[in-house]
Amino acid sequence: MELVATALPALGEALSLIFQPAQLGFLLIGVLLGLSVGVFPGLGGIAGLSLVLPFMFGMDPVSGLALMVGLIAVVPTSDTFASVLLGIPGSTASQATVLDGFPLARKGEAARALSAAFVSSLFGGLLGASVLTFFILIARPLVLAFGLPEMLMITLLGLSMVAVLAGRIALKGIVAAGLGLMVGTVGEAGAGGSLRMSTYDVPYLIDGFSLVIVGLGIFAIPEIVALLRQDRAISRTGGLGKGWLHGLKDWLSNFWLSVRCSLIGVTVGVIPGLGGSVVDWIAYGATVQTSKDKSQFGKGDIRGVIGPESSNNAKEGGGLVPTLIFGIPGSGSMAVFLGGLALLGYDAGPHMVRYELDLTYTIVWSLALANVIGAGLCIVLSGQIAKLTTIRFTLVAPFLFMVIAFAAFQSRQSLGDLVSLMAIGVIGIFLRRFDWSRPAFLIGFVLSHQAENFSNMANQIAGAKFRQSFEAGIQYIASPIVLIILTLTVLSVVIGIRQSKHILGNGHPVHGGKKAPIVFLLCVTGYLLAAFFNAASISLVSDKIFPLTIGAVSLAGCLALLVRMMLSPETDPVFTDYERGGEDGQAPHGLWATLAWFGFLLLLSALFGFIIALTVFFLAFLRIRAAVSWLTTFILTTAAIAFICLLGGLLGRDFPPGLLQSYVNLPWPLT
Amino acid sequence: MSFTNALGRGLAALLAGVSLAGISTSSQAEADFSGKTVEFVIPFAESGGSARWANFFAPLLSEALPGKPTVVVRYRPGAGSTKGANWFQRQTTDDGTVIFGSSGSTQFPYLLNDPRVKYEYNDWQVVLASGVGGVAYLPPDIARKFDGDANDLKDIEFIWGSQGATRLDLVANLAWKMLGMNVQPVFGVEGRGAGRLMFERGEANIDYQTSPAYLKSVVPMVEAGRAVPMMTWGGLDEDGNIVRDPTFPDIPTFKEVCEATEGCETSGTAWEAWKAFFIAGFPAQKMVFLPQTASEDVVAAYEKAFKDIIARPDFKEISSVTLGVYPQMTGTAADKAKKLATNVPAEAKTYVVDWLETDYGVSLK
Repeated sequence: MELVATALPALGEALSLIFQPAQLGFLLIGVLLGLSVGVFPGLGGIAGLSLVLPFMFGMDPVSGLALMVGLIAVVPTSDTFASVLLGIPGSTASQATVLDGFPLARKGEAARALSAAFVSSLFGGLLGASVLTFFILIARPLVLAFGLPEMLMITLLGLSMVAVLAGRIALKGIVAAGLGLMVGTVGEAGAGGSLRMSTYDVPYLIDGFSLVIVGLGIFAIPEIVALLRQDRAISRTGGLGKGWLHGLKDWLSNFWLSVRCSLIGVTVGVIPGLGGSVVDWIAYGATVQTSKDKSQFGKGDIRGVIGPESSNNAKEGGGLVPTLIFGIPGSGSMAVFLGGLALLGYDAGPHMVRYELDLTYTIVWSLALANVIGAGLCIVLSGQIAKLTTIRFTLVAPFLFMVIAFAAFQSRQSLGDLVSLMAIGVIGIFLRRFDWSRPAFLIGFVLSHQAENFSNMANQIAGAKFRQSFEAGIQYIASPIVLIILTLTVLSVVIGIRQSKHILGNGHPVHGGKKAPIVFLLCVTGYLLAAFFNAASISLVSDKIFPLTIGAVSLAGCLALLVRMMLSPETDPVFTDYERGGEDGQAPHGLWATLAWFGFLLLLSALFGFIIALTVFFLAFLRIRAAVSWLTTFILTTAAIAFICLLGGLLGRDFPPGLLQSYVNLPWPLT
Repeated sequence: MSFTNALGRGLAALLAGVSLAGISTSSQAEADFSGKTVEFVIPFAESGGSARWANFFAPLLSEALPGKPTVVVRYRPGAGSTKGANWFQRQTTDDGTVIFGSSGSTQFPYLLNDPRVKYEYNDWQVVLASGVGGVAYLPPDIARKFDGDANDLKDIEFIWGSQGATRLDLVANLAWKMLGMNVQPVFGVEGRGAGRLMFERGEANIDYQTSPAYLKSVVPMVEAGRAVPMMTWGGLDEDGNIVRDPTFPDIPTFKEVCEATEGCETSGTAWEAWKAFFIAGFPAQKMVFLPQTASEDVVAAYEKAFKDIIARPDFKEISSVTLGVYPQMTGTAADKAKKLATNVPAEAKTYVVDWLETDYGVSLK
């Protein structure tokens, strides 16, 4: 009762602050800016914030807050466009949306998928805010109950989703996840700083690969290349099927699924240190496992969109709890938000929730309101934007190459970004071709860092507790929460493995010849072996134990696969090779010739800088590959260059320089 | 209503900042940051003392630099801050759009010739040096056994989250060892904020924070009865003596606790080594650097900007709440502080290297 007595007046105060015309206006501006920035993969909170900061000085704090909250709230909303329409995971929040959203777009149901996604986001955001309003007052003990073993278990629960997403051959999924985990360890180790699979001579590798680049390389590049080879629209039929109203109906008939996944989102978001990167996978896994008919997942099941999208905006709300109570951001965008708060003269921390409850509620409900406005706008727009999927893809592709190259370059502002994008893109293409689970790889990569960190530290503490007494040790590692999550993990693995054969199988397996699949397996094994021995040569135990363990498990998986390949006939699904038939095999354009176009853009960038390279690339591509008239070529090229310059100019970003720029000083944007 | 008060305060501070920046830009014509985004990179996570320090200066810097660039704080944690410092060493911008905030945790591995250090302080151009203190604290149940000396703490098994043996935490580890306490460090936490969270969760039962983080995050815990301050590392007076920390005059220093504790000496090699590393780690703990490649006028613009910030009439008031009462140095004073922070006597180094090897198995070769 006392709780309600403190909460209600503060809530009233907060709502009266939010619903003033000026605040609503600023919130709307923030939302519009956030939507425009969020649409581009790789540009997130920081880019958006640098867009609004110049206006923030001289603004009163509540308006500044509205502007900033509006912007941050909708970045995870608008990245759904890229996930659904193009198969590009815009950020960690929308990775799982790709799995079913993109196949829906290919069926011509993009509008349906988008509107279902946005209404789920909207609902998740609102539910999150309602739960938080009261929960934030009592959250502290619960948040503190999540120690290192508990966080490690949640990370493992996230990893266990590999079982659901492993694809036709479970073993391949496991090795793919292992490979992802190993790629995640490249660079300086978090604990002791030893180098893994990198040297100081190649500075780029020392920092490891960024998630944006790996996401683009694993999902976007293979999809774009595959589409481009077909030379038709994203929508297979070329038209649009079920529209956005249908998406709203879908959501309504899956209302309880949406509730469940929103709650998952809030709960996981509340725990500091997890970074929210597991949320959408856990939600996706839960969606699949609680559904009766699983045959359509991965091929365009609307529930596969509703689940993760309900969770990811709810997570943003949940992420406010650690951010505000402990001053420890629950996700990347929350880290930016903290910086912005400091700029307005506020400090997040325990005192904020205790003494400035009205301000706290202003933040919570501004976030919810921004969600409603943002998602509402997106729903209205989704019918129009979905038409993008009916345009001849060859005309869309050069723009996409431009945007992903620009997005990738934002991660380190170095040419290495483009090189690693290409390299990981090639890995992605092969994983797709030989039917290795790409989601499994990505889950491994995303969770690698925290899995290593949590297990290292939990292990040290457990050791110390066990030295005190056996009881203390057991109490620490086998707390009720750990046991509950462990049960969930085991269940999810068992159910997942039993059913994964039916999930994510895209069409009939095509095979032809043993050689190519075996060569690819040998390459993977070779890399894993190299990484394993490289890790073995490190002297610090804390820096080598994780890659050694994961390496050993993955190598065992490789060995088992190899044995199976030796013993099986050519028609075994283990030899799946999509180049040997089906849609890819019969595509009018070759795989390598198509990829070479992208390589051509990167090579030109390395020589002449990004803008000159783009100009040449657009002219050549549109004239030769797309074979459109000179007039169309010129119009599209000009539009593209003008657009990218505007984007770079507004965000204050430079473009990748090439060899030419190191000899000659050129004016912006040619620099 | 506290919120409305805060609004007024914030607005006043913003207005003050804007008008001041208006004056300062007119005299500086050389470097211009209009429309640029300055990345203020710190090699730690979002929740420690360095984050708080950087976030305090970022908006002020944004107002004080010519052309009022956007200043964003970026976090590059890892390997107890050497990862971020190695990254900064590789930066070659000359226009001042990347600045780096180092801390004692960055200085110590450098001083100890840690093989993973690929950065060189002599390459970097210092534009600000901030003094900082540190406070150790205990959970209430253990604090009951602490009465100004550590004699009754010797049978307790302590666990604490540490960034690494060769980081700033070295000062704490050595202090606890000298007091005869049995403290087991858990290495690999990303920033002291994560260590504090371990303390709050009960996984760790001792911790320390640098002053900015202590003021913000531990003081509320102390007020709520969840933590009790144990000792500060102290402050340094003009003659180089360790005295009470000016920000926490009521909390005893490690020196006082050591004197009161059996078996702890405030003379001899161990003490001299501790003092040397304390001096390298705290009175000039946090510094702002530009890369070697930054041009002269950019360096001058930054120096002037920081001077203007420190000269603000309200600086003392706003900084004491966030950073504590410590000297903020620019120009030659900052250069001197940098020298102090990046040099320790050879004997102290030898002692520490041996101790790290025997106690933690850390070999620095």
